[in-house]
Amino acid sequence: MEKKKPIVATTSLAGCFGCHMSILDIDERILSLIDLVEFNKSPINDIKKFTEYCDIGIIEGSCCNSENVYTLKEFRKNCRVLISLGECSIMGGIPSMRNGIPIRECFEEAYMHGPSVKGHNPEMVLPNDPELPMILDRVYPCHEIVKIDYYLPGCPPRADLIYDALAALISGNELKLPYEVVKYD
Amino acid sequence: MTNNVIKFLIDGKEYLAKNGTFIIDVARESGIFIPTLCNIPGIKPRGSCRMCTVSVNGRYMSACTTPISEGMDVRTNTPDLIDLRKAILEIMFVEGNHICPVCEKSGNCDLQALGYRYQILVSRFPHQYPKRTIDALNPHLIKDHNRCILCKRCIRTIKDEQGRGFFAFHKRGHKIEISIDHSMNELLTEEVAQRAVDICPTGALLKKESGYQTPISNRKYERTPIGSDIEHAHQ
Repeated sequence: MEKKKPIVATTSLAGCFGCHMSILDIDERILSLIDLVEFNKSPINDIKKFTEYCDIGIIEGSCCNSENVYTLKEFRKNCRVLISLGECSIMGGIPSMRNGIPIRECFEEAYMHGPSVKGHNPEMVLPNDPELPMILDRVYPCHEIVKIDYYLPGCPPRADLIYDALAALISGNELKLPYEVVKYD
Repeated sequence: MTNNVIKFLIDGKEYLAKNGTFIIDVARESGIFIPTLCNIPGIKPRGSCRMCTVSVNGRYMSACTTPISEGMDVRTNTPDLIDLRKAILEIMFVEGNHICPVCEKSGNCDLQALGYRYQILVSRFPHQYPKRTIDALNPHLIKDHNRCILCKRCIRTIKDEQGRGFFAFHKRGHKIEISIDHSMNELLTEEVAQRAVDICPTGALLKKESGYQTPISNRKYERTPIGSDIEHAHQ
């Protein structure tokens, strides 16, 4: 019987999808990656829900609302290994620039007084529907919510770093980190 | 007798230097890289960042403030020291708001470059996300308190002809910050601003209207780790 391929799931929490772009930036190596792994829940194949237990979960972005926390916990439950991919996931990144600013001030800027909304919200309504995820008091790096096993920094992480890390994880070889691939921007 | 040449050990190898020379200076001249952030060659050391911590006869000392003495046994790269340095760096990263993707200094930043050299992937300490301000009152200079590591480099070096500093400590305790003395704004010319930006190891001091001068991939620490100039000069 053919050996079962490792299953990979990915998600983007409070991120910009730049890290997912960087996953695609491995260019033609994506063909060999498809040979090596199978994708489950991921925005790349648009599978919305976990259909089986996965080997590797890749998390882009930090946790800024209740839905992010829910998704992250789902990933922890359904993946053997979790990887924090990119600066947001590792240290909050650009979303965390709101940390230290009161939520009301953020909302007022975003929905009432900001240059792109000024005059378009005459009733000064703030989004407050129970359907909407609750915003958190601050942005949390993923490892402050659940246990994270590996970290790949970068904004976005270099495609070579992502490919080499996945290849090392799948083959069981040690990951080599050349100087050029570990960057914070 | 301060000019006597004495013998001592760095990482088990024997070196000769003038009595009273600081460990960091001997190491630099001998091609041994000891990481620093607050030290500036030629300026009186302050030992404020502790990045240059080395083991001297088994005790941890800052290499920038400790003069060599006869028979001293200096270790610069034991696994414990490397871990200690990483811990210090990680503390610096969590203590401020060092968001490299939005920083103009990224790629030319000493703090970031040390992170690269020691391949810090994540900090072991929780992020503090302190609420800090940005002071952009000066016509030439921006002081971003989010990125300041309080190394005092600017306080110690950027002075006017009469020796008056352009920068000073402000507030106390954990709220302490290094501020621009705005009463000196008229004397703070573009040239002084440039010197201040160059001396700052992070992106805490930035010159107005001149960001992102170097294209990505040509930046200072893009391809070679910080300290390789010191190490390669002696190969």
